[in-house]
Amino acid sequence: MKEKTQILDKDTISRSLMRIAHEILERNKGIQDICLVGIRNRGAYLAKRLAECIKQIEGSSPLVGILDITLYRDDLTLISTQPVVHKTEIDFDLDDKNVVLVDDVLYTGRTIRAAMDALIDLGRPKTIQLAVLVDRGHRELPIRPDFVGKNIPTAKNETVELRLEECDGKDEAVIIEK
Amino acid sequence: MTWTKKDLLGLEYLSREEIELVLATADSFKEVSTREIKKVPALRGKTVVNLFYEPSTRTRTSFEVAAKRLSADVINIATETSSVKKGETLIDTGKNIQALKADVIVMRHNYSGAAAMLARSLEISVVNAGDGWHEHPTQALLDIFTLKEKLGRIAGLKVTIVGDIAHSRVARSNTWGLTKLGAKVTVCAPNMLIPPAIEQMGVSVCSEIDKALSDADAVNVLRMQFERDEQNAFPKQLEYFKNFGITAERLEKAKKDIVVMHPGPINRGIEMSSEVADGKNSVILEQVTNGIAVRMAVLFLVAQAAERNNAKNTD
Repeated sequence: MKEKTQILDKDTISRSLMRIAHEILERNKGIQDICLVGIRNRGAYLAKRLAECIKQIEGSSPLVGILDITLYRDDLTLISTQPVVHKTEIDFDLDDKNVVLVDDVLYTGRTIRAAMDALIDLGRPKTIQLAVLVDRGHRELPIRPDFVGKNIPTAKNETVELRLEECDGKDEAVIIEK
Repeated sequence: MTWTKKDLLGLEYLSREEIELVLATADSFKEVSTREIKKVPALRGKTVVNLFYEPSTRTRTSFEVAAKRLSADVINIATETSSVKKGETLIDTGKNIQALKADVIVMRHNYSGAAAMLARSLEISVVNAGDGWHEHPTQALLDIFTLKEKLGRIAGLKVTIVGDIAHSRVARSNTWGLTKLGAKVTVCAPNMLIPPAIEQMGVSVCSEIDKALSDADAVNVLRMQFERDEQNAFPKQLEYFKNFGITAERLEKAKKDIVVMHPGPINRGIEMSSEVADGKNSVILEQVTNGIAVRMAVLFLVAQAAERNNAKNTD
């Protein structure tokens, strides 16, 4: 394991989020019926930040929820350490909403598959859109993001790690070689 | 903290961290029961067998609801109508269930240690739903979960357990769990229902109910199991209520927000008055609701651990 390169720093992350916020508003023609649902852990922090950006633009903040997808994973027995089950915190009705799923790094698409299953168990959204800060390629499912911070081609033996101030002490994204 | 045990046999065998992991996992599962579609696919494709050698409605139903909310398939075996009546041994019954490729056996048995014996003979998970006078771990976990939810912590709490301590697996499991988490436990009962050397479990004994309630943060009232009193060792019902029954008058002298728990089914007018059972201090129905989340957590954790162990063995 060694850190290869920094691909995003604090400023580029906040600029990307601001651009994504504008794109979400443009696509949905305003804030009405939009809600942001972040996937634990880092997607949840990103969703909160995106809501802040939207508030700066529109003056009001969209609904924000947190989704824990542990129970919907298809690899529970394959991963070496048992994941801790956390709470899903979506205290509003998803029916007929335009839900923007927010995650940090998009890779195989399996997390998003699980998240969509979880969302649909909770209600019947009008649309589900996907916002990610980094798309590193190598999809295994037919899933594509609607809003992307940065496309970063990677090799399979690399991983992209996004660090956020809320949980890691600083904002950056780095490529790590295994 | 990772859960590695394929079975849940009793709280005596768990560390403080393991108990806290179950409580934290249960806290996450509680939300599932508030959804319109009360189901997650975590145990899809798994089979849970309820094997009950003693009559039980609420524990069995609670386990069944918990398993179904995790999308597992549930099979109930009541031993009165099974081959057990034809003389099949417990281990043979267990091995047959394992051969059906079930994943978890939830067992209640009238012999202490039965769950441990079954767990040793099988590769699939065994969850103890009460074995004789020994342990009833999920009941204690849900009691502790409810207490923690109500009072915000367990460490430093004073908890009084009232009733037939000698024959109560609920009392024993609660004592193990509460003391491991740092609560102070007092047991209160007529002398003949206090087992000898109970102090060695780290509890204090008190035979006066008013004293036992005076500084308690919570009281867990056990069911008097008059149907099991073959030796006529119990006080008469009215006498018990007079000396140990929890009444509004007695609670008036206790802490104002004392939490009153009962594992059910309640004998109204024997262990507590109806006024207390339905009163503002009572959390008895919340215990039932929390029982589902706690049992979901337990089924999830043991099934995961068993699968992980199997994966290792076949590598």
